[in-house]
Amino acid sequence: MSRGALVDVAFWLFGGGSVVAAWLVFRTDSMVRAAYWLLASFAGVGVVMVLLNARFLGLVLVLMMAGEMTIMAVFMVMFMMNPAGLNPMTMVHQHRQAKIAGVVAFAGLALVGVVAEFPDRPADPDGEPTAELGRELLGDSMLLFETAGVTLLATMIGSIAIASKRGRYGDAEDGSAPPPLALS
Amino acid sequence: MRLPALLVISAALFGLGVYGALSQQTFVMIMMGLELMLNGAMLAAVTFWAMTAGGAPKGQLLTVIVMTVMAVEAALGFALVIGIYRIRKADMTEKLKRLRG
Repeated sequence: MSRGALVDVAFWLFGGGSVVAAWLVFRTDSMVRAAYWLLASFAGVGVVMVLLNARFLGLVLVLMMAGEMTIMAVFMVMFMMNPAGLNPMTMVHQHRQAKIAGVVAFAGLALVGVVAEFPDRPADPDGEPTAELGRELLGDSMLLFETAGVTLLATMIGSIAIASKRGRYGDAEDGSAPPPLALS
Repeated sequence: MRLPALLVISAALFGLGVYGALSQQTFVMIMMGLELMLNGAMLAAVTFWAMTAGGAPKGQLLTVIVMTVMAVEAALGFALVIGIYRIRKADMTEKLKRLRG
């Protein structure tokens, strides 16, 4: 078997596997398992990215999602009912409309992907995409990169402010209360 | 013929994400649907970068931006889940029928 055929098999294995894992996210009874099926789906996409020569992005995706899904699994155990999946569970609403919307989204996007004519300009297989990305991030697109960093900082501050138990306006469990007016 | 196949795979991931985000009742499962949509978008972006854009570095940058969006979505989603649980003891959308806090 040639190397190209092997890569093709790997594409189908990991690409198809990520779709199957994504389907199982909404099929399993256990929410913790759902989190790990989602991780499997991301890992499949990460491997496909590595096969497409975007090695850095694929590995970053897998690392990032491993952390995030662990947090998600802990969240499930903390907050959700029936996290272990001991009882069968379907917690869905507007199921029919949701199915239709999902199928329509898939069919529309897949149709565009199959029918549309895209330019055939493959990336240089011997290129150095990671080094190029690094030069781009610290060169022409530095402002974009910095903006992403500041956005993440703002998100950190904002999410701590939302989630903290005691804020400026009193205890979180009291619900929202009007701020005290300092009229003196 | 890898380009159409990969685009169909990313469309399938996006469609499953749409289904999940619209049908699930638990907040965290809704977030999983949103992340699946972003997953499909990211796969499509990397596919286009590798096969139609000649490996232009700005294509990879787009994926980095999508990853940032993913991190922001996850962090704010978890924070909102904690906030709502504190005030209403709610873990499902059906428990939030009023907007008043």
